[in-house]
Amino acid sequence: MSNLGPHAGFILASYAAVVLVLGGLIATVVLDHRAQKRALAALEQRGAGRRSGQAAP
Amino acid sequence: MAGLIDLANPTRFMRLSAVVLPGLTGAAVLLLAVGFYLAWFVAPADYQQGETIRIMFVHVPAAWLALMFYTVMTIAALGTLVWRHPLADVAQKAAAPIGACFALICLLTGAFWGKPMWGTYWVWDARLTSVLVLLLIYLGIIALWRTLDEPSRAGRLVAILTLVGFVNVPIIKFSVDWWNTLHQPASVLRLDGPSIHPSMLWPLLILAVGFTCLALALHLVAMRAEIMRRRVRTLTILEAERLDRLATQAGPVQGLPA
Repeated sequence: MSNLGPHAGFILASYAAVVLVLGGLIATVVLDHRAQKRALAALEQRGAGRRSGQAAP
Repeated sequence: MAGLIDLANPTRFMRLSAVVLPGLTGAAVLLLAVGFYLAWFVAPADYQQGETIRIMFVHVPAAWLALMFYTVMTIAALGTLVWRHPLADVAQKAAAPIGACFALICLLTGAFWGKPMWGTYWVWDARLTSVLVLLLIYLGIIALWRTLDEPSRAGRLVAILTLVGFVNVPIIKFSVDWWNTLHQPASVLRLDGPSIHPSMLWPLLILAVGFTCLALALHLVAMRAEIMRRRVRTLTILEAERLDRLATQAGPVQGLPA
């Protein structure tokens, strides 16, 4: 690994692409999960699923 | 089959996936760490391709996963159309961006490997073109999901498109055998066994399993998010109806139409 040879740029660019694409995917999935969890908690706290007009205790 | 029926309940799926996720994520981190160590510090340079063989360790798992996730989506599409499985279109929707990302990684790393080895980033040969078509199908499926608001209607339409698109999967796999391509034939999944030396094969297999664990963990998280999104949608509609009912009971407000 000490010397990547004359094609080091291509090798490093490949790994950079993996980090960028997978990093973006992981961030998107985790942030979306958090956002949905927060939205659901807020709705449940307001008693949005109740049939009656009463607010949540 | 009974296990699958149990999982069909979204509440049970949420509970089980919460138990499975930490183990799957831990396995992914461990396998990727070991795999990359072996790939970078133990596996030798190739006698013909030199150090560029390091690209293989990310290119090949990405290609396998791009195909695997499309196959998962096809099974889920059957679940949507034939069995009306409650989680099938959730699984399908959550899988599409993950498969698309691996198809994109496969194309990008392939281009960076192709330039020093073939002298070009891109050539319109059967393997490269069919993988590009796979990425375009993934993007079409993601776009269709975003176009339609109603999840069950979108699920059925996407399922039909997914089933039609599956014809591309065997084309990708056998393109190197059916046509004269610049891309090399299969080196691992062969009837007469892998043609790669074990010093390179083991890191490749460990990384493939590691990337698979990572992709499955992401799929579970994305499915959980999608289930919550649908619950949020339902609760928002219920809340709007409740507020509307309350407003009707309270009577018309002065100055505003009833």
